[in-house]
Amino acid sequence: MIYRSHVLVCNGTGCVSSKSPDLMAKMEELLVANGIENEVKIIKTGCFGLCEKGPILVIYPEGATYCNVSVDDIEEIVNEHLVKGRIVKRLLLGDKEAEDVSKSRDNVGFFAKQKRIALRNCGVINPENIEEYIAHDGYLALAKAVTEMTPAEVIAEITKSGLRGRGGAGFPVGRKWQFAAQEVSDQKYVCCNADEGDPGAFMDRSILEGDPHSVIEAMAIAGYAIGANQGYIYVRAEYPIAVERLNIAIKQAHEYGLLGKNIFNTDFSFNLELRLGAGAFVCGEETALMTSIEGNRGEPRTRPPFPAVKGLWGKPTLLNNVETYANIPVILLKGADWFSSIGTEKSKGTKVFAIGGKIHNTGLVEIPMGTTLREVVYDIGGGIPNGKKFKAAQTGGPSGGCIPADHLDIPIDYDNLLEIGSMMGSGGMIIMDEDTCMVDIAKFFLEFTVDESCGKCPPCRIGTKRMLEILDRITQGKGEEGDIEKLEALAESINKGALCGLGQTAPNPVLSTLKFFRDEYEAHVKDKKCPAGVCTALLNYVIIADKCKGCSLCARKCPVNAISGEVKKPYVIDQDKCIKCGVCMESCKFAAIEKK
Amino acid sequence: MSCTGCCADNKLKELEKIIEKYKDIRGALIPVLHEAQELYGYLPLSVQKKIAEGLNIPLSEVYGVVTFYTQFSLNPKGKYKISVCLGTACYVKGAGEIYDKISEILNIKSGECTPDGLFSLDACRCIGACGLAPVITINEDVHGRLTVDDVPGIIQKYIDKEKEAKDQEKLVEA
Ligand SMILES: Cc1cc2nc3c(=O)[nH]c(=O)nc-3n(C[C@H](O)[C@H](O)[C@H](O)COP(=O)(O)O)c2cc1C
Ligand code: FES
Repeated sequence: MIYRSHVLVCNGTGCVSSKSPDLMAKMEELLVANGIENEVKIIKTGCFGLCEKGPILVIYPEGATYCNVSVDDIEEIVNEHLVKGRIVKRLLLGDKEAEDVSKSRDNVGFFAKQKRIALRNCGVINPENIEEYIAHDGYLALAKAVTEMTPAEVIAEITKSGLRGRGGAGFPVGRKWQFAAQEVSDQKYVCCNADEGDPGAFMDRSILEGDPHSVIEAMAIAGYAIGANQGYIYVRAEYPIAVERLNIAIKQAHEYGLLGKNIFNTDFSFNLELRLGAGAFVCGEETALMTSIEGNRGEPRTRPPFPAVKGLWGKPTLLNNVETYANIPVILLKGADWFSSIGTEKSKGTKVFAIGGKIHNTGLVEIPMGTTLREVVYDIGGGIPNGKKFKAAQTGGPSGGCIPADHLDIPIDYDNLLEIGSMMGSGGMIIMDEDTCMVDIAKFFLEFTVDESCGKCPPCRIGTKRMLEILDRITQGKGEEGDIEKLEALAESINKGALCGLGQTAPNPVLSTLKFFRDEYEAHVKDKKCPAGVCTALLNYVIIADKCKGCSLCARKCPVNAISGEVKKPYVIDQDKCIKCGVCMESCKFAAIEKK
Repeated sequence: MSCTGCCADNKLKELEKIIEKYKDIRGALIPVLHEAQELYGYLPLSVQKKIAEGLNIPLSEVYGVVTFYTQFSLNPKGKYKISVCLGTACYVKGAGEIYDKISEILNIKSGECTPDGLFSLDACRCIGACGLAPVITINEDVHGRLTVDDVPGIIQKYIDKEKEAKDQEKLVEA
C-alpha cells in the first residue's frame, strides 16, 4: 500500500517514558475518525537523540519535526497537518518560521555539529521491520563480504579504517579480528557486549532499540571474517525493549535467509542467540561476560589467554561492543578511506555520547572524534541550566574521571582523554555544575564499585572498601590529616594488584577528582566545609538576619544553648557549640534558619 | 476464597516445562532462573532445589549464581515494585534525596518489602531516561523530573488505588 504521509514516532526509552505510545494510540484513533487510516502510516522508530524535548515525532514527506508533543496536541496535528496539510508551527523544533520546514532543525546546535554513522538509522527506520533496514542499504555489506571478499580482505578493510573498540579500552578492531581469525579450531564464537554497565549511559541501548539489524549484520560479517558460525549477544535484562526488538530482528533475519544456513547461497552459515545478563556490572568485562554466558557466577579470570585464543567454552572468541559493530557495515560499504577521513590521527570515525546531568539538552549525540568538549557542552548541549557555571564533565563512568573547565577546549579522542586522567569509556558523559561536590561524586562511584566488586580478588574487594570508608569519613566531617595521602596510596596498590579492569580502574574517579579538585578535599578534611554545599554533615545552621523576627523560640528549643540574642532582634548560632541537631530549623516559624 | 493449592501445582508444572525447555542447551542455568523468577516473582529455596535437580547441578552452584546477580531475588517483591534510578545522571540531579524520602515514608531499605506486601524498594542503574532525571519506576510506570516534594503524593496514589480495588472487592462480595 502506498501512503501519502509517514509519521515517525520516537519509541526510545526516554520518549516511551514521556508517553509516546499514548500519542500513537490517540493518533491512530483520530486517523480512523477522519477516514485517513489508509493514507497515513504511523511508524515507531528508535531514539532521535534529543530526549530532553521528547516526545518527538517527524512527519514525512514534509520532514517536519515536532517536539514536546502531548496527547492534547495530536488532534491539532491530525486536523491541521495530516488533513489540511498545514504545518503546526508552534510545535516545530528549532526555527518555527523556516521556509522549508525540513530545515527548521538545521540551525539547532544540537543537530548541526553531529555526524551520524553508528546512529545512522536510529529515528529513521522502523526497527521492527527488516525491509526498512534493507531499503537503507541493510545487509548489502554482508552480501558484499560473503560474495565478493575473502575473510582476509574483510579484516584488511576494517584494519585500514582505523576503527577502535567503542566499549571502553579502544583496542584496534581489525587487530582483534585478525587474532581470532588466525586461531585454528573446530569451533569459534562471535560475541556482542550489550551489557552497557556504565550507570549513566544508554548509547548501546538506543542502537539496539533503534537499529538492531545493524548489529546482527555486523556480527555475521565478523563470523565470516574469523570463521565462526555461532554468535551470542549478551544484553542486559534491564533493557526489555531492546531485547524484544532484537528477538524480532533475529527472527526476521532468519526468515529472509540472512541468518542461518548458506547465507547468500554460499557455504557460510551463521546463527545468533541472545543471552540475558542479570544485573552484575562486572559481566561487562569480557572474560566475566563469557563465564556468565556459560551459566556461572560472572567472575573474571586472568588474561592471557585472551578470548581470541581461549574464550567461550574454551574456544577462540571475538568480542566487540554494540557501537563498534554498528560501524562495521558502513565501513565495508563506503570504504576504509572514507571512514578514516573522519576524526583525529589516532581516533577515527565518530563516538556516541549519552549526555546527562546539569545540561540543557540531555540526550544522545554522535560527534566526530576531535570535537572539543566546549562544542559538546555549549553548542550541542545548550549549556548549563539556571545560569550556573560549568564545573566538570565526567566520562568513562566508574572507571573514568572528570574534565574540569580549564580543559574545555580539549579535542575529544581516546588519547587526549587518557592523558588528562579520564577515559573515553563507553560514552557516558555527565555534566556537573558548581552545585556538585566532587568528593561526593567520587564517593558515588566508589560506592558503585564496592557494590559491584565480584569479590574474587582482595585488592578490589578489600581495597575499594577501605577507600570508601575514608571518603565516607571525609564527607561526614570526620576526615583526618593524612587521609588524602592514604587514598592515594590505596589507589596505587589497587590499580597494580586487581585482577580485572573493574578493580584496576576503580580508583580513577578519586584520583582524577584529587588531581583537579584537591582543594575541595582539603576543605572537607581541614576546614570541615563542603564548598558546594552538598555534604550535609558539613553544613552549618545559620540564621538569616533579614528573616529572623527575634521571637527567641529557637534559642529556647536549642538543647545545648548555642543560640543567643536579644528579643525582637536577629539571633545568632554559636557554631562551636552547635551539635547540628536541626531542632532550631524545624521550630522556626519564619524559615529564617538555613543550612549552608 | 481460600487457596486449595492448585495454583502451586500449576506453577510447579510450569517450572518443569521451563527446565525441560533449556535442559539440553549449554549455559542453561541463568535463562532458567530468569523464567522461574518471572513465574514466582522471586527464587525461594524450594524453587532453587527443583532447578538444581532438573538441571542436574549442585544446589550450592544454583545458590551461588542466584546470590551473585542482583536481578535474582531471594525475597518476594511488593505488589508495586519501586525502583529508584541511582545512575549518574539521576544522582547529580538529586536522586539520592528521592531515595531517602521513599525509604523514610515506607520505612524500608533497598531490597526490602513493606510488611503488607504492597511496596518493595530497589535502587537501579540508568534506565535510559536520563532526559527525565531524576527518575523512578513503579512497576511499568515511569515517573520523571521528580522533586522530593512529589514523592508522598505519588506513593499515596498507589495506596489509594489499592484501597479502591479493595472496596470494590468488598462490594462485589457483599
Ligand atoms: C568492569 C568492566 C566493565 C565493562 N563493561 C563494559 C560494557 O558494559 N560494555 C562494553 O562494551 N564493554 C565493557 N567493558 C570492556 C570489555 O571488557 C571489552 O573490552 C569490550 O567489550 C570489547 O569491545 P570493543 O573492543 O568493541 O570495545 C568493560 C570492562 C570492564 C573491565
Ligand atoms: S541515570 Fe537515571 S535514567 Fe539515566
